[in-house]
Order: sequence, then structure tokens, then C-alpha cells
Amino acid sequence: MKNSNIALIDYVTGLGDDSLILGQRLSEWCSNGPFLEEDLALANVALDFLGRAQMFYDYAAELHNASSSAEPITADDIAYLRDAREYKNTLIHELPIGDFAYTMARQFLIDCFGFQLMTELCKSADKSLAGIAAKAIKECRYHLRRSNDWVLRLGDGTGESHERVQNAFDQLWGYTGELFEMTDSETELLTENISVDKAQLKDAWLKQVKDTLTEATLDLPSDEWAISGGRAGIHTEHLGQILAELQYLQRAYPGLNW
Amino acid sequence: MRKLLPLYEVFVRSSRGLDHKHVGSLHAEDPVQALEYARDCYARRSEGVSLWVVKSSDIVSSQEDDAESFYDPLDDKPYRHATHYVLPDPVNNM
Repeated sequence: MKNSNIALIDYVTGLGDDSLILGQRLSEWCSNGPFLEEDLALANVALDFLGRAQMFYDYAAELHNASSSAEPITADDIAYLRDAREYKNTLIHELPIGDFAYTMARQFLIDCFGFQLMTELCKSADKSLAGIAAKAIKECRYHLRRSNDWVLRLGDGTGESHERVQNAFDQLWGYTGELFEMTDSETELLTENISVDKAQLKDAWLKQVKDTLTEATLDLPSDEWAISGGRAGIHTEHLGQILAELQYLQRAYPGLNW
Repeated sequence: MRKLLPLYEVFVRSSRGLDHKHVGSLHAEDPVQALEYARDCYARRSEGVSLWVVKSSDIVSSQEDDAESFYDPLDDKPYRHATHYVLPDPVNNM
């Protein structure tokens, strides 16, 4: 297999992992939402992320099959048959849903980042990636509108909602630095204008987050600590638990269809 | 029991040139949120190209008690329908 293909598969799979794991997390709210309308809205967003994962995994499988003479793989194999160490999602995506404020704070931080990322990925020299990003960007805009709205409502809401959402941002902040770290694969693909230079996204991201938090009467957390490792397969204990649920059926009954 | 959020009525225009049709209602904190939920609850399968939300309490509706005075008198006024009139022969299509 060519080196650049290995890097591209690695990159595409990581993007798919971010989407799948967050989609899986959000789907935990289905039937548990604070009220019916929000329940439906959250489930819609969860499905958007699962759909995005499908597009990335389909492409990763296609790349893999084109450059390997081994048995062809599918998107499902990528989702259901890898262990935690092979998953490359960044850690913020796998953290438990917490309370509603925590879910929305995480969503807002990720949506701000996702919008920037997809905007840039639309310009990728890789036509398939640019195509996926062009589809995703419309959803991103809506997701961001929703989570931005909720941060304002909760931050500038009651004393309790303010405290909960502030705590959420404080707890999540240390995971945001990892969003902007470049892996070796990403740096390599950057020379061909395939990947996005995420370091360039940080200023715009920070400004947007800062503006919303200020408007929501919330404090921007301080950079006391930071943790990363997801792209290298080093995860929190939570990923194993998600995969146990996500992969149970295929692990217990390999190849089962419905 | 938590206090219910205000009720909104949702209207969807399914395509350009058609009218907005009432499709249902939902609960939301304010009009902005109502519009977003309308998108998620009533337009997620590409049902429409335009959405209206109206606070239910802002709608003035006729009451059951009004039926007698509102609608019954119209039943015996056939001259308000075009079909009541015998058209002269030269008018073929109307």
C-alpha cells in the first residue's frame, strides 16, 4: 500500500470515528430528552452524525479495498470490528453525556469547531472529502445555531442552569486543545492540500466561543490542564463502554443481518 | 409536574406557489425555538420550503356556540352561489 494512501485512510477513519462516537453518545438522549420536541431535535442531530460517519467510513473502505488485495471490507466492518485502541476519535467526543447542560456545552464546542473544519475541508484537493464536507456543512450550520442558542438560554437562564453549564465548560475545556492537534498523517496530507491545517482554525474558534460565552454571562475557562491521545488510540475508559454497546450484536453474532 | 412551555401552531408550505397548511403544534420557550423545533418535528423529511409558527394563544377562533349565528343563516341563501343563476345561452363556460 502506498504511504499516502495509509495516511489518507487514517485521516478519513479518524473523521468518521469522531462522527460515529458523538452520534452514538447523542443517541443516548433518544426517549430521555427534557421534553418531546428537544428529544426529537437531539435525535435528528445524532442521526446527522451517524450519517456523516457512514460517508467517511464508506470512503475509507473504498480506499482500503482499492489498495489492498486482501478480503474487501465495508463501512460496517470499520465501525463494528475494531477495538478501542484502533479507534482514532478525539477524546471530547467519547465523554459521557452528563446532564443536559453538559451535552449542550460539548455540542457547542464541537459544533463551532466542526463548522470551521468542514468549511475548510470543502476546499480539499481530495474530491471525495470535499464532497462529504459540502454535504456536512449545511447540517453544521444548523447544529451550531441550536447549540449556540442553548448555551445562551442556559447561561443566561436560572441560577441552576447557569451553574450547570459553567461547570460543564470548566470540565470540558481541557479536552478542546486536542481538536487542533495535527497527527503525522494530517501533516503529511497537508502538503497535498488534502487535510485541513487545524492550527489555523483556533483563533476563529476561540473568538466564537468567547463571544457566545460572554453573551451567555459565562466565564471562559482557564487553560489549567489539557489532555489528548485519542488520535493515537489512547482513550478514556468511556470508549470501551460505548463500543461494548455499539458492537455487541456483531461481536455476539458475527455477520448478523436484519 | 413541570410547567408546560407555551404552545405554538405550525404551518408548512410544501412547495413554492402553494399555501401554508396547518400541520400541528408544539411546545417551545419562544418563537425562535418554536421555529427550530418546527423544523425538527414537522419538516425533517423534506415536507416543506417554508415554515410559520404562531403562538396558539394569538389565534382567535370561532366558538361552538357561535355556529348557529355564524353558519346556519347561510344555508338558505342559495343566491350567494354562482350555480343559483341560470346563465344565458351565449355564456358557455363559466
